[in-house]
Amino acid sequence: MLEKALKGSRGYGIWVAFLLLLVAVGFFFYLRQLDYGLGITGLSRDVSWGLYIAQFTFLVGIAASAVMLVLPYYLHDFKAFGRITILGEFLAVSAVIMCVTFVFVDLGRPDRAVNLLLYPSPRSVLFWDVIVLNGYLLLNIVTGWTVLESDKKGIPPPAWVKPLIYLSIPWAVSIHTVTAFIYSGLPGRGFWLTAIMAPRFLASAFASGPALLILFCLILKRFCRFDAGEKAIQTLAKIVTYALATSIFFVMVEIFTVFYSQVPGHMHHLTYLFAGLEGHNTIARWMTVSAFTALISLVLLIIPRTRKNESLLALACFGVFLSLWIEKGLGLVVTGFVPSPLEAIPDYSPTGAEVAITVGVWALGLLLVTMFYKIFVSVRNE
Amino acid sequence: MRLYNRGMIIAGIVVFLIVTTFPFWYGRGKAVPPPDLKLDTPAILGLKEKRCVEPASYMRSSHMKLLVTWRDDVVREGKRTYTATDGRLHEISLTGSCLACHSNKKQFCDRCHDYSGAKPACWSCHIIPEEVR
Amino acid sequence: MAPTRREFLQMAGFSAIGLALPVLPSLAWARTGAPAAGVSAYPAAPGPLPARKAKRWAMTVKPGKCRAGCTDCITACHLEHNVPAIGNPKDDVHWIGLQKVGHVFPAEAHPRLPDTIRGLSVPVLCNHCENPPCVRVCPTQATFRRPDGIVVMDYHRCIGCRFCMAACPYGSRSMNWRDPRPFIRKINQDFPTRTRGVVEKCNFCEERLARGILPACVVACKEKAMAFGDLEDPCSEVRLTLDRGLSLRRRPELGTGPQIYYIL
Repeated sequence: MLEKALKGSRGYGIWVAFLLLLVAVGFFFYLRQLDYGLGITGLSRDVSWGLYIAQFTFLVGIAASAVMLVLPYYLHDFKAFGRITILGEFLAVSAVIMCVTFVFVDLGRPDRAVNLLLYPSPRSVLFWDVIVLNGYLLLNIVTGWTVLESDKKGIPPPAWVKPLIYLSIPWAVSIHTVTAFIYSGLPGRGFWLTAIMAPRFLASAFASGPALLILFCLILKRFCRFDAGEKAIQTLAKIVTYALATSIFFVMVEIFTVFYSQVPGHMHHLTYLFAGLEGHNTIARWMTVSAFTALISLVLLIIPRTRKNESLLALACFGVFLSLWIEKGLGLVVTGFVPSPLEAIPDYSPTGAEVAITVGVWALGLLLVTMFYKIFVSVRNE
Repeated sequence: MRLYNRGMIIAGIVVFLIVTTFPFWYGRGKAVPPPDLKLDTPAILGLKEKRCVEPASYMRSSHMKLLVTWRDDVVREGKRTYTATDGRLHEISLTGSCLACHSNKKQFCDRCHDYSGAKPACWSCHIIPEEVR
Repeated sequence: MAPTRREFLQMAGFSAIGLALPVLPSLAWARTGAPAAGVSAYPAAPGPLPARKAKRWAMTVKPGKCRAGCTDCITACHLEHNVPAIGNPKDDVHWIGLQKVGHVFPAEAHPRLPDTIRGLSVPVLCNHCENPPCVRVCPTQATFRRPDGIVVMDYHRCIGCRFCMAACPYGSRSMNWRDPRPFIRKINQDFPTRTRGVVEKCNFCEERLARGILPACVVACKEKAMAFGDLEDPCSEVRLTLDRGLSLRRRPELGTGPQIYYIL
């Protein structure tokens, strides 16, 4: 089936070439980073994690969200998702590959990455994250590919896939929970030290992932002669709506707890995030955009008439994706470091090289999604 | 039996064979002389009995394993003295012990490492006294 | 056939039993240059003094004794350990720093504190915690706690993931964002440098303790603002200092059990 990804229309070729170019540019800058060190990024002693780790965190959510298709289809026999469950699984595969790549490019000594396996450390959450992410990758590749192959042959999938699919459901929850524990288990960072970190992550994941999937489905419908079906897309849209509402609710809960209790160590971070501290308000400006986009998208999604309008739905899904990307892919990680343990207010902004590498990894992921979806559409249209 | 995509398959096999055998035909006819290691540093010349920490044959074949043990002993166990097979005691230190005798890293360590294509990462942190002075 | 390493170690073990251990303690290790002719080149101990040992190393600091503007402890530490002086805050690496009381003890600092205390500069360094979060999170055990309480780094193993920097509630750790070597003014040959891509921090001068010498910062302080010793030894200087009155530790509510005690 792989060969189907190699042949395509002119538009497909141009798109793939464009992504390859972005990957090449990112790789070029990664080689420079290897040579110079991570000092090529905007990271510092105070803000020691930035864009890379934030993308990793956000994308774990995208990967986990495949469960929003798998669960209704396989556990509740929700037939409308039958056509697109594999799309969710392939999106998860691509997202996990991006996650692992982002962790890798963030390492100061990538040549020693194998030490993670040579000296396994069960007390470290990062160790468990490596295990659950790779396990999830394997599960989704195996199940997605096998089901698609059976589809091609026009036979039902083999019986042994079912248990793996059922296993992938709690496993999806686990990847984002463990990723949240990376943050929420640290004693000194008041912003992250909250028990609802994992639920918050899951809620925002179940909004951003399906929103992205809706966008993909609409693109496939318009350009690739594949229609996911009105019912599937509308159900996904409802999932996005409820997950987004829950996600916003969780953030409000966070805000109430912090500002009503008035504990300074926790309050400073949230003030920085939403209003800025002592004039340092770049993140706060982004967060304003995020908050408004989330609210507008929520309104568009709640009203049935706008939700059923395909253009407005696309707009709302883009808004959800953008808003949650800003929240998790920019704000969440950096704000944990500001103010610093010694009450400094460091500024962090990614450098050009850092952005180029980040775009390169995203392009790599999009390339994988493109090729997987191309195979999928070719098989389905046969 | 028919072979589908015959041209592509044969071309692929040829490319594979060329790539995997590249080192052999690239280096054919070129004989690199074995490294000439210098043991004539003042410290070694001043020794009554010219003996490394362990016998030369063992050091030649396994110095890297000994160094890894030394590294873990010092850093992780806090053990800084090595008892050699013959009972002598040595301070565990790459710069302080090894390079005290082998003060000619270029003529000793590097020659063999270059010859065998080994690229030990020791010196990105550990100090080579002759370079610092 | 050459014996395997395992055999070697076994043999080494047996020969060690038969040995009277205090061999050659008087032979000071000639650190540079060739050993004198006729004298064995094989030193018995790493230094002239027996190693200092403790059940639990700890430090007391009296910032009130510090001279205004003095940075002797920082200079001594950074010279001793080849800490680079990169000179920009983004890539900065340091093992000790000086910070205002209000930032080190935000919970204790209030506006009515006398200026003599509020204006103090407090030396801050790794707290060598009893329950260190950095050790807990390290995915390769590159940072670990020794039985004597010193939290050390194995720079050979660190992969530079910086989880420890996020976990440290004191900001005691630095990353080598770039090659540190060009920024070391004068290289101390007795201590390695670091490579780019690894995290580093104060090691309580464990390499000096092994040679029987007190930490560089403690020795460098002319005002004797720092004391170092075994917390389990009732006669040690740290215990005698702690016995005299109230001491503070940084963010004790986090349960990390810091082992730098401040007397203010």
